[in-house]
Amino acid sequence: MSPKNEMYTISKKLYGVEKVILRDIIEAIDGKLISGEEFLDKEIEVICGADLMSDVLACHIKPKTLLVTSLINAQVMRTADIVDLEAIIFVRGKKPADLVIEMAKDLEIPLIRTDYTMYKSCGILYQLGLQGCN
Amino acid sequence: MLRQEFTIKSNDFFAAGEASARIKKSLQQIGIATDIIRRISVAVYEAEMNIVIHAYSGVITLDLESNKAKIVVKDKGPGIEDIDMAMKEGFSTASEEARRQGFGAGMGLPNINRAADSFEIESIVGKGTTLKLEFVL
Repeated sequence: MSPKNEMYTISKKLYGVEKVILRDIIEAIDGKLISGEEFLDKEIEVICGADLMSDVLACHIKPKTLLVTSLINAQVMRTADIVDLEAIIFVRGKKPADLVIEMAKDLEIPLIRTDYTMYKSCGILYQLGLQGCN
Repeated sequence: MLRQEFTIKSNDFFAAGEASARIKKSLQQIGIATDIIRRISVAVYEAEMNIVIHAYSGVITLDLESNKAKIVVKDKGPGIEDIDMAMKEGFSTASEEARRQGFGAGMGLPNINRAADSFEIESIVGKGTTLKLEFVL
């Protein structure tokens, strides 16, 4: 896709013409789905980037929020459950243990991983027109 | 109306959060408003992590009345020497392990205080800490 076309796609999303689904996000960050294939068409509207779960808990998390994090332990899933996160991206190629993946399946929260850093991942998602949590 | 009690073990970082998840589920089943459930769950989860991180053991009790939810979090532990400091964002005495779990950045008590409609804390050094929280339904 030429840069011009790319800008067009981005602005379309900025103006709310097109919704962003998980599938678009995985493509944009060159990600791999760890679990939750059945949720690829889930719509995402808000991005929260944090390694500190207390920061996630302190945010007013809106519906359709995706968390970008480099933490891969069970507490990420507990936090996701408590604030109803829609999906999680693990950055820098990290993959959680099987037990954590099982928790995600039970909670019906799709997991994605990307080799990109937190900064790059969030930058790309921002360009997709996704808002941040506050 | 409804009373639930959960015993929390110290240092069990995998099970930490289980009680909060169960409390959230029962509040959902009763049909409490989503934003109130969110605030209760966040407060209970931070309190549960506090027990796991700092105390030797603890008990979380939820009492649901017609117009409010009362939560008491009582632990046996070292207690808090300076409550004013502990209430400040960023002040923490948590271990490295707690930080690896995404906690221990000095936001637990401030987050609980922000989420609850009423917040009381009592601590005796060498004995333990008790939180009394109330949420208007």
